[in-house]
Amino acid sequence: MDGGRFLGVFHEVDTAVEAIGNLRQAGLTDLETYSPLPQHDLEHALHRPQSPVRVFTLVGALTGLATGFALPIWTGLDWPLITGGMPMIPIPAYVVPAFELMILFGALATVIGLFINARLGAPDRELAYHPSFSAGSFGVLVAAPEGKGSDARRILEEAGAAEIQAWDEESAHEA
Amino acid sequence: MPTVIRSETHPEIQKYEDVNRDVLSILGRPGRAYYLLLALCIAGVGLLAFSFFAQVYLGIGLAGLMNPVMWGVYITTFVFWVGIAHSGTLISAILFLFRARWRQSIYRAAEAMTVFAVMTAGLFPIIHLGRPQLFYWLMPYPNQRELWPNFTSPLVWDVFAISTYLIVSATFFALGLIPDIAAARDATTVPWRKRLYTVLALGWRGSGRQWLHFNRAYLYLAALATPLVISVHSVVSWDFAMSIVPGWHSTIFAPYFVAGAIFSGLAMVITLLIPIRTIFGLEAYFTPRHFDAMSKLVLFTGIIVLYAYLTELFMVWYSGRSYKLEGQYIIAALTGNYWWAGAIMLICNAVVPQLLWSKKIRRNLPALFVITIFINIGMWFERYVIIVASLAREYMPWQWNVYKPGWVEMGILVGSFAWFGMWFLLFLRLLPAVSVAELKEVLPAPRRWGRLRQPSAPRDTGIPQGPGQRRVEDEEEG
Repeated sequence: MDGGRFLGVFHEVDTAVEAIGNLRQAGLTDLETYSPLPQHDLEHALHRPQSPVRVFTLVGALTGLATGFALPIWTGLDWPLITGGMPMIPIPAYVVPAFELMILFGALATVIGLFINARLGAPDRELAYHPSFSAGSFGVLVAAPEGKGSDARRILEEAGAAEIQAWDEESAHEA
Repeated sequence: MPTVIRSETHPEIQKYEDVNRDVLSILGRPGRAYYLLLALCIAGVGLLAFSFFAQVYLGIGLAGLMNPVMWGVYITTFVFWVGIAHSGTLISAILFLFRARWRQSIYRAAEAMTVFAVMTAGLFPIIHLGRPQLFYWLMPYPNQRELWPNFTSPLVWDVFAISTYLIVSATFFALGLIPDIAAARDATTVPWRKRLYTVLALGWRGSGRQWLHFNRAYLYLAALATPLVISVHSVVSWDFAMSIVPGWHSTIFAPYFVAGAIFSGLAMVITLLIPIRTIFGLEAYFTPRHFDAMSKLVLFTGIIVLYAYLTELFMVWYSGRSYKLEGQYIIAALTGNYWWAGAIMLICNAVVPQLLWSKKIRRNLPALFVITIFINIGMWFERYVIIVASLAREYMPWQWNVYKPGWVEMGILVGSFAWFGMWFLLFLRLLPAVSVAELKEVLPAPRRWGRLRQPSAPRDTGIPQGPGQRRVEDEEEG
């Protein structure tokens, strides 16, 4: 029963970054960090891929733009109110609803993208957390396979973790 | 002598934990003055409701609206509140994109102001209707004969613009709040607050994964909100400029309105932040530097507004022949029945803001408080002059009329401030009024060598410094 999940609570950002580097060197790459603010040093240390939220924004905005033009054009054609000298489909006038819907759909799609990718609002089964993560502490969570647990704990300790919490694999997925 | 890293914008705040302590303490038990103010605001909302129901029950004739002035205090106040709503998104989105390092502490309050101001503005088009229960006719849906609203009408654009603005600014506000609500959740000991914040925090843990997506989403929302701000007041200005009423039919209206909106909105932010700073002891958060920066923006947008006034006058002078048409609005505003409104507008918007050229005044908070109130009064009268003075002198002289607001209009005008104040007061006690997470971005990150006060430690040299941080020789701690 050596493996498990270890959460190191750090009071400084440089010690947390050091812990991540050392854990990665030791072959422990299943890592997660916690911080009270978006911390670029931590983000770089983890080598994360680009967030896919931007695709949601783009698709949402384009859908909104298309809807904003399609709806007035369709309603204009659906019931033609022909006025002498005036076009059936006055595009300049439709730019405004199209623009507003582009923004609206783009913004809502961005939020949906955030909720899905960051798993906001979903039932949370992760046990690892410390209330000080929203105040001034940084956390490094490492999932260590069988045989690597003591290494993980040692690296967190040596880097300067102020507190270490541990779960074995079974209890980590209860709750 | 030990070296301590201080934030450039907030030199008084040293630790991340201090931010949580100071900001979340606002959510503590409020004093008697708070309840008194809240009761006053609720009474004002009662006045609004009473006036509105009196108008619905007895008819729109209770308002002073009479041909040709069918848009009076209601639409003036509508434009005023939409204008107020503009600075919040300016500070939270545009200054975010420009990486202005003084926005962090003020943007939350400004954003809340935006949301509540749009909520206030949204009441007025409905109040102003003779049959307010039929407001939904403006919504884009077909009637029973399958006819849709006229999408070429600026009034329909207005519905699109204002509802988009309300939804997007509320979303932006709510999104920025998530990490701070989590901080409140972790800190509070009051059971109902704990439950409320646990739900509202949506399971936020500040994990690297969450921050990664959060930052991206925030950036894209800011990028979407920026053109939105400009479009909303442009569309509001087109409610007027797309018509053929002489004082309204002008191509400068969109930029003129946008500048005026930011001008009045920033003034309102200053008006609100100065008492909050004093009452809640947030001197370290809203520093004179912040007020200085905001005042410079007020001055800048104020000059644009002044330029628009001068352009209107120049057009009258230059066009000569059509003096009676295009010129009559500004001339009537300055010399006609509404000369007093025009005078208030010019004194408050063109003369008083020039005081802000002085750095001493920009950093003198009582003076700023008074100046910004003047600006907001002036901006209300600007809209009054544009709307009422133009309509009262519309087309044929036999039509001309003098508009006098009815008591219901004044009741609803006063009540709208109470309605706004009520939401803002509730916000102050329920949600973190300063962004806990973002403020930490302009504070020095805690590092081991810094905490141990060892300037000669080997890590001292290699650590990258944030752009908003500087080292100071700290003598008190030495």
